[in-house]
Amino acid sequence: MKSLSRLMAVTRKEVRQLRRDRLTFAMIFGMPMMQILLFGYAINTDVRNLRTAVADEANTHLSREFVAQLGETQVADIRQRVNSPAELEQLLRAGEISLGVAIPPDFDRRVIDGNRSAVHILVDGSDPTVLGVANQLRNMPVNFDSNRRDKELSAVEVRPYYNPERRTPVNIVPGLMGVILTMTMMIFTAAAIVREREHGNLELLINTPVTSVELMTGKILPYIAIGMVQLALILTIGDLLFDVPVRGRVLDLYVAASLFIAANLALGLFVSTMVSTQFQAMQATFFLMMPSILLSGFMFPFDGMPVAAQYLGEALPITHFIRLTRGIMLREASLGDMPFALIYLGSFALVAMTAAALRFSKRLD
Amino acid sequence: MNDELAIRARGLSKDFGHLRAVDHLDLDVPRASIYGFLGPNGSGKSTTIRMLCGLLTPTEGSADVMGFRVPEQSKELKPKIGYMTQRFSLFGDMTVTENLEFIAEIYSVPFAERAPRIEELLEKYDLAEQRKQFAGTMSGGQRQRLGLACAVLHHPELLLLDEPTSAVDPQSRRDFWANLFRLAEGGTTILVSTHYMDEAERCHKLAILDHGVKVADGAPQELQRNTGMHVIEVLADDPYHAQAAISSLPVVASVTQLGVRLRVLIPESVADALDRIEKALREYKVTARTHIADATLEDVFVAVTLNPEQRAA
Repeated sequence: MKSLSRLMAVTRKEVRQLRRDRLTFAMIFGMPMMQILLFGYAINTDVRNLRTAVADEANTHLSREFVAQLGETQVADIRQRVNSPAELEQLLRAGEISLGVAIPPDFDRRVIDGNRSAVHILVDGSDPTVLGVANQLRNMPVNFDSNRRDKELSAVEVRPYYNPERRTPVNIVPGLMGVILTMTMMIFTAAAIVREREHGNLELLINTPVTSVELMTGKILPYIAIGMVQLALILTIGDLLFDVPVRGRVLDLYVAASLFIAANLALGLFVSTMVSTQFQAMQATFFLMMPSILLSGFMFPFDGMPVAAQYLGEALPITHFIRLTRGIMLREASLGDMPFALIYLGSFALVAMTAAALRFSKRLD
Repeated sequence: MNDELAIRARGLSKDFGHLRAVDHLDLDVPRASIYGFLGPNGSGKSTTIRMLCGLLTPTEGSADVMGFRVPEQSKELKPKIGYMTQRFSLFGDMTVTENLEFIAEIYSVPFAERAPRIEELLEKYDLAEQRKQFAGTMSGGQRQRLGLACAVLHHPELLLLDEPTSAVDPQSRRDFWANLFRLAEGGTTILVSTHYMDEAERCHKLAILDHGVKVADGAPQELQRNTGMHVIEVLADDPYHAQAAISSLPVVASVTQLGVRLRVLIPESVADALDRIEKALREYKVTARTHIADATLEDVFVAVTLNPEQRAA
C-alpha cells in the first residue's frame, strides 16, 4: 500500500515535470507526425519517372515507336535527346539522368535478327533501387506487329497479396510504428534517471524510502500512456491520409504495442543506469537505433540478411513488433497466430526491467 | 547498544581507488545535540556523512546509526533520517508546495496530516510567499530553507546536513542556525559539516577532520582550552618584519597574520615562549607589543592540522 502510493508519487511528479517541459511535450506529438508524413509522402519505393535521355542513332519508324512506348511506361521520363552513346555516358556521370537509352543505327536489323539485343539501356547503378526498376524494362517487347505485343503470356504470375496496389505507405506504416515507438520511448527513458543524477535529485531520492523498483516503475508508467497516444496518432494519420488499413482487431494491436512499449522503456532504463550524462544517453540510444531500423525488417527484407544479422535482428524487440503489426494490420492475423513474438516481447521487458532495477543500486559507490 | 548515542562508529574507513578518503574514524554522537564536522574541502566530511546514511559502503569498520547497522540496515534507517545534500537537490521545475507534497508522499506521511504539516513548514521556514514559485528560480537562502523543510518534513530523528550553508549569505546562515537549535531542542540529532569556524563554534560537539583523519574532537570550548599550544598575539607596526623575526625561531609552530596582528602558536612544552619571541623581536629591531591570548577555534584548527614535526617542534 505504501509502496503503491510511493510509486504513484513518482508517476505524478514525472507527469508534472513532463507537462512543463514544452519541447519534450511537443516532441511526443511532433516526432510521429513528422515521420509519418515524411515516410508517407516523400518516400516511395515504387519508383516512377526516372530521368532519361535517348540517343536514337537509327531514327527509323520502329525506333521512334519504341521510344514513344518507353515514355508511356511511366518508368522513364524522357527529358533529353542526344546524338551518341558517349553523350549518354557523359550525362550519366554528371548525374543529370538515371537512364540512358542507346538505340544503335542497325536497330531494325537487330530486332529482326533476334539474337542480338536491339537496345542498350545505361543505368545509374549507384542507386540500387533505380537498378531494380530499370530491370523491369528488360521485358519490354519490341516487334513490328504491334498487335502481338500484349499477347505474350508468362508461365509465372505474381499476385501481390495484402497490398495489391503496391502502395508504399501500406508497407511502411506498420513498421514505422515500431520505429517511432522505439525512438521516443528509448530517448525519454534513457535520459530519465541520468537527468535526475545530473540535477542532483538522485542523491536526495536514494536517501528516501522509495525503492529502485518503485522509482523505475513510477517513471515508466506515464510513458506507456504516451506510447499509446502516439500509436493512436499514427493509426489515425495512416488511415486519414494514406488509407492504411487495420484488417485485424485494433485491440490486438494495442495489446502488442503495450508489451513492445514496456520492452523499450525497460531497455531505456537499463541504458540509463549505464551512462552518466544525458548526452551519453542520447549517444547510446542512437547506437541502438541503427540496428533497430536496419535489421528489423522495416527497411530491408529479413530474408535477405546474412544469418548473423538475422540472429541480431531476432534479438531486437522491434523485429517481433513489426511482425505483429504487419500481421494484424495487413494480413488480418490475430495475436494467437503469432504467440512467439508476443511472448518474446513480454520476456524481454521483464528481463530488461529486472536488469535495470538490479543495476540501479541505491548507493553511490 | 548505547541509547545515549545517536551514532557510534568504529574504525570507519573508505578508499576510492588508491585514495583513502576516510581513515579509521571513531565517532560518538550524542542524541539531541548538534555535532559538527569541521575540515577543509577533501577532508572526508561528505564521504563520512554518506557512509553514515548508507549511500556509500565502508571499506572497513562499522557504524550504528539510530540503532541500525549501516550499510546492512540502511533500508530500515531511511525513514528515520533526513538528509540535505551539499548541492540543491530538489526539483527546480516544480513549485515549493509541489516539492513538499512529493516528499510527503515519498515518506508516506498520512494523507490527513500532509496539508497541515506542509502549511506548518511553509510558515516556520518563511516560505509562505514562495509557495507557488518554482524551486529553480529561488535565491540561495530560500532554496536552503526549502531543503531543510523537505529534510525535516517526516520528523526524522537524525538530520544529516552536508555543508548546508556554503551558498547562502550571513543573515540566512544565522536564521538557519536558529532553526537548527530549535530542532535540537525538540530532540532531533543533527550532524552538520562545515568549513566555517563561526558555525563550528555553535556546535555542541565537534570533530575536526584533516585528510580523512579525525585530528581532534570535543566541545568547542574544551578544544580551545586544550590546544597544547601557547597562543601569543603580537601587535607590530611592521608585521612583515615581525613575522620574519618570529619565524626564525625553530620552536614556533605557526604564524598567522590578521591585519597588523600576528597570532603565534608555540608548543606548551616550551616554557619561556613569550620571552623567546620578545628576544627575537629585539634582535630583529622590530617594535611590537606581545601578550598571551586565549585560543580561538581557528587556532585549534591550525594547531591540530599541523604536520607532526611542526607540532613537536
